[in-house]
Amino acid sequence: MRVLSAMSGGVDSSVATARLLAAGHEVTGIHLALSRTPLAQRVGSRGCCSLADVHDARRVADRLGIDFYVWDFSKRFADEVIGDFLSEYAVGRTPNPCLRCNERIKFAALLEKGLALGYDAVATGHYARLVENEQGLELRRARDTGKDQSYVLGVLDKHQLAHSLFPLGDSLKSQVRAEAAALGLAVADKPDSNDICFIPDGDTAGFLSDKLGAAPGRIVDIAGNDLGTHQGTYRYTIGQRKGLNLGVPSVDGRPRYVVGLAPDTRQVIVGAAEDLTVDELHGIRPTWTSEPPRGRWRGKVQVRAHGEAMNAWIETRADAVVMQLDSGCRGVAPGQYAVCYDGERVVGSSVILRAS
Amino acid sequence: MHEQDPTEQDRAKHDQVEQDQVEPVYADHAASAPMRLSARVALTNMASLTGNPSALHAAGRRARAALEDAREELATLLGAYPDEVIFTSGGSEADSIAVLRAAEQLAASRPGVLVSTIEHPAVGSVADVLGVRCAEFGVDSAGHAELVQLTELLRRHPAGPVGLVSLMTVNNEVGTVQPVELAAEIAQQAGAWFHTDAVQAFGQLPFDFGSLGAQLASVSAHKIGGPVGVGALLVRRGLQLGRYGLGGAQEAGVRSGTQPVALAAAFAAAAREAVAEQASLTMRLRQFRERLVTAARPLGGVVVNGAEPLSPAIVNLGFAGASSDDLTFLLDQQQIFCSSGSACRAGVHGPSEVLLAMGRDDDAARGGVRFSFGWSTTSADIDRIIAALPAAVCRARAVPR
Repeated sequence: MRVLSAMSGGVDSSVATARLLAAGHEVTGIHLALSRTPLAQRVGSRGCCSLADVHDARRVADRLGIDFYVWDFSKRFADEVIGDFLSEYAVGRTPNPCLRCNERIKFAALLEKGLALGYDAVATGHYARLVENEQGLELRRARDTGKDQSYVLGVLDKHQLAHSLFPLGDSLKSQVRAEAAALGLAVADKPDSNDICFIPDGDTAGFLSDKLGAAPGRIVDIAGNDLGTHQGTYRYTIGQRKGLNLGVPSVDGRPRYVVGLAPDTRQVIVGAAEDLTVDELHGIRPTWTSEPPRGRWRGKVQVRAHGEAMNAWIETRADAVVMQLDSGCRGVAPGQYAVCYDGERVVGSSVILRAS
Repeated sequence: MHEQDPTEQDRAKHDQVEQDQVEPVYADHAASAPMRLSARVALTNMASLTGNPSALHAAGRRARAALEDAREELATLLGAYPDEVIFTSGGSEADSIAVLRAAEQLAASRPGVLVSTIEHPAVGSVADVLGVRCAEFGVDSAGHAELVQLTELLRRHPAGPVGLVSLMTVNNEVGTVQPVELAAEIAQQAGAWFHTDAVQAFGQLPFDFGSLGAQLASVSAHKIGGPVGVGALLVRRGLQLGRYGLGGAQEAGVRSGTQPVALAAAFAAAAREAVAEQASLTMRLRQFRERLVTAARPLGGVVVNGAEPLSPAIVNLGFAGASSDDLTFLLDQQQIFCSSGSACRAGVHGPSEVLLAMGRDDDAARGGVRFSFGWSTTSADIDRIIAALPAAVCRARAVPR
């Protein structure tokens, strides 16, 4: 196959690229330029966007002897990922830019361009498995459960998966690092990236207040009692406990958590742990990795990248998904993606509209 | 929209060509030309010459002699006196010295600086350093400098009297030959110095510093088949530039650093050959240009960026609906090396500043593909480009925006 390998400059996509070559594919390395103001220097442990990462990716491509290009998706990234990130926070939701990027950039903009240019597939260094069987193509959790990234791929549909390759799905991270070292790749010891790539210093609240401006308001409890002030509802996430800086202890002395955000009245609502517990999630904008399952079915629901998969009854509706969790779950914020699994298999995703 | 729609047949043909192992076609001379054999010979011969040209012993004197041989030969070929030739590390350094030193020398008496909107960054980015002291005069839609605007700005530059005007001889992206002799005359009448970046001109067009009327001119070796890492700034006799940077000011009291004798000798060798064959090469390249443009026309939506007078060595084509990045990518895949002549940022190309200055919109400014030719270009190269273009254009037009 003719494959475009998305090379971030990290160890995972580097080894993925090497494996594609070893498997006999015709591979072209592509570094996605996503930032409009790439940082010149290495900062922290990030895994994409800086000029240092372009350099690392290029050197791996040199080492592997493949063609390498930098493609500029910074405008689409700014519009569809960063823009969405900001507007979601502005209305009190908690977006996941990595899923959004996979949905709109890596497996959309990059894939469509690749297909138009005569390529068959896009490959990435995500830890997930694609398995072909009688039912068709299945997206499954990675063998390395600690690294499993099937959650962030939960937004992909049948067409996208048919043109995707994940060469690392059957490997342990430790094997991948060892393989990078054996191949003589300089990135073998490069730290993993954990942060949001467009917020290199990890200060999400600072980034949001820069972009959205200060929007001070009140912190109140569920009964409406005024407890303090805040500098913007977007600085808080449902389930957050730290950073509230409430001078007054709660009446019962128990810790308080953010249980609600009301950007229109600029209120951050706090409550006790049990006020955070939900067992019904309503998801919108569903995507399915194969034919959408019908009616009500048993499955598992995961709401964050490395969160627990929770048993649930899942009901597929026309443009929505209702997930009834067997037991309560804490700290689910609107805007998060709920990815549904059938055992190890990713069935689909939806964006949480509300939780109750 | 287009006269040809993408067809599966075209794509199949494209893929087929791609499969075949073919000799590369190098069509990026304006970026860097292959080194001529004469230059390689001079470079290797001189590489074994030990000695610092400033040293007083015999070894130093021999190095000095070789350096001065190269300087004298280049001076002859450039129409300059040997003491007007200052060796530099290349075109960018020659430009930097010319513009920054002239601006510095004239800061008190004539603070204004005027550069065209289509200069190479080595000249154009002087605005970042000088701020309001620098103003720009534009070009018309064909890419030729607006001398009326230049005259106007010489009369009323916001920063006061103008000390320096800089206009390149040949634009590096679209190949337009600029009216430098006229511009030099206009500048001189206004009492300003005139500098021209002649990096894309020397060796491609007749060039004579003596009759040019410019006080300063920049040339480079590797655009004409010499080695990378050497160039020259021509400084009119009597002009005082002062020191640039720190060091021994070995080159005419201006440029510091031990002179690279082997590079200078190889530069002279390449220049000798380039000048000797310039007229015949021009004739050949003009035919190549004609064939390429004629073959491209039927692809529809074709724009030839720039109009005569043009360098025979540069052909800049736009194909409506196709980005130059995708086209150069597809041609690269077929071992045809050309470029999307534009500003490079982290390996990513933005719209061409030159095409924007010529009044193109953003899409058109992202569409210009530059083929640039030179001494090693063969008729077979042009055939290969002509054969590859239809399918590449077709496919590039199918890429979603």
